[in-house]
Amino acid sequence: MATRSSFYGQISANKRNSFLMAGFVVAIFALLGFTIGYAIVGSPAGGVAATALALGVGSITGIATYFSGDRLVLTVSGAKLVDEATAPQLLNVVREMAVAANVPMPAVYTIDDTAPNAFATGRDPAHASIAITTGLLEKLDREELQGVIGHELSHVRNYDIRFSLIVGVMVGAIAILADFFLRFTFWGGMSGRRSDRDSSGGNGAAAVIAIVAIVLAILAPIISRFIQLAVSRQREYLADASSVELTRNPYGLERALAKIGTDKEVLEVANRGTQHMYFTNPIKKFEARSSGLMDTHPPILDRINRLRQLTGEAPLEASDAAALAGLD
Amino acid sequence: MNPAILIVIVIVVVLVVVLIGIYNGLVQRRLRIDEAFAQIEVQLKRRHDLIPNLVNAVKGYMGFEQKVLTDVTNARAAAVAAGAQGPTQQAAAENALTGTLRSLFAVVENYPELKANENVLALQEQLTTTENQISFSRQHYNATVLDYNTSIQTFPAVLIAGILGFVKRDFFDAEPEAANVPNVDLSLS
Repeated sequence: MATRSSFYGQISANKRNSFLMAGFVVAIFALLGFTIGYAIVGSPAGGVAATALALGVGSITGIATYFSGDRLVLTVSGAKLVDEATAPQLLNVVREMAVAANVPMPAVYTIDDTAPNAFATGRDPAHASIAITTGLLEKLDREELQGVIGHELSHVRNYDIRFSLIVGVMVGAIAILADFFLRFTFWGGMSGRRSDRDSSGGNGAAAVIAIVAIVLAILAPIISRFIQLAVSRQREYLADASSVELTRNPYGLERALAKIGTDKEVLEVANRGTQHMYFTNPIKKFEARSSGLMDTHPPILDRINRLRQLTGEAPLEASDAAALAGLD
Repeated sequence: MNPAILIVIVIVVVLVVVLIGIYNGLVQRRLRIDEAFAQIEVQLKRRHDLIPNLVNAVKGYMGFEQKVLTDVTNARAAAVAAGAQGPTQQAAAENALTGTLRSLFAVVENYPELKANENVLALQEQLTTTENQISFSRQHYNATVLDYNTSIQTFPAVLIAGILGFVKRDFFDAEPEAANVPNVDLSLS
């Protein structure tokens, strides 16, 4: 009973956190738009107008990504659609997990790469795609594959795929907005406003706002990126827990994580823009296994140990994880 | 109009709306059960269709163990027959069939030619996925039954569920996992 309640607790806590964080990113975006507008125009009305403009432009790019972001990601990653003849077992496993998650069967793609990894994308469960590297298919047995597919379909069922598309765009928009403002301030805006201020006899409030806007423009992109990454890490834990809820078998996923975690191959098609979507971080740091603020994924050992918490087993040390990968 | 009559009318209208809401909620839950059950039945039917192919594919090789094959065939026939007898009987017959299939696959492990046979491997994969889909749709079905049974036994639906003919539904019972370890006789005489 204790394992069950902590398991559902994990899921609801994760959901709450990511909603809070998404709201926070939108608030940063609006605040940045407001102060920039205020600083440029010199009145709160300008702030409101700029906020509206920023949110408008943000929504348009958001909508564009919403409808075509998945195709873009699949093309960039070199994913190929599979059919019954090429990968019957993969399709069977996806179909099983789709039944378990009670979502429609997604489109299934493979990426021709020996590094074992996978990702899910799309805007909702009815328009979802799953991509798996050929290395993953070769290296994992059926049970382990089930765990990984369960993880990816949990991203689909929990609407993480939509979340990561939209938050990705928001973070990008904040960066562009801040960048635009900083360039404007340093190359043109400053001189124009200075003469303006001279004629009106100086305005303390406007100066303060201008400074606040500059500070925000520097900090907002960094903070929103941190939030995106923190959400991304939370969502990985949630998807692991949901995968176990679906398969009722924590061992397959645990073995898959250990196998992939000890694998030394590098996924060439992944880049900074797509790395947060993958099953495990495709960009590897061989030297350190620290959980930095800029990581898109929690450390694999930590994920394995959270699974072991569900089954009430003792946590593993770094040296044990390699041994686990040898088990079959 | 007399205010007392007005109040009575308002109360009656509110009551009717609430009743309609409860009734529709129950109907929706009951429909979800039927839908979930249909999902199980599709998979069960698929398994019933796959089994004769498998039996034919392995028959030639398994000269010694005809009993395993007849067990599977008999269990399949029983499961097909139990299809019309409601979830409880059907679940029991299907679980028996699952048991005999496990014994069959355990026996197949002893025949290197069979393990290497592409046809047998493909059938084995198809049966495995069908079996997994059965157990996942069973989880889903049982969840919908639990949801429905809880709602007809709790306030306020409990007041009208009985009168309107909403009765408890049966679970599609999961087999007791540990009790079903395949028992295979390996003494080839």
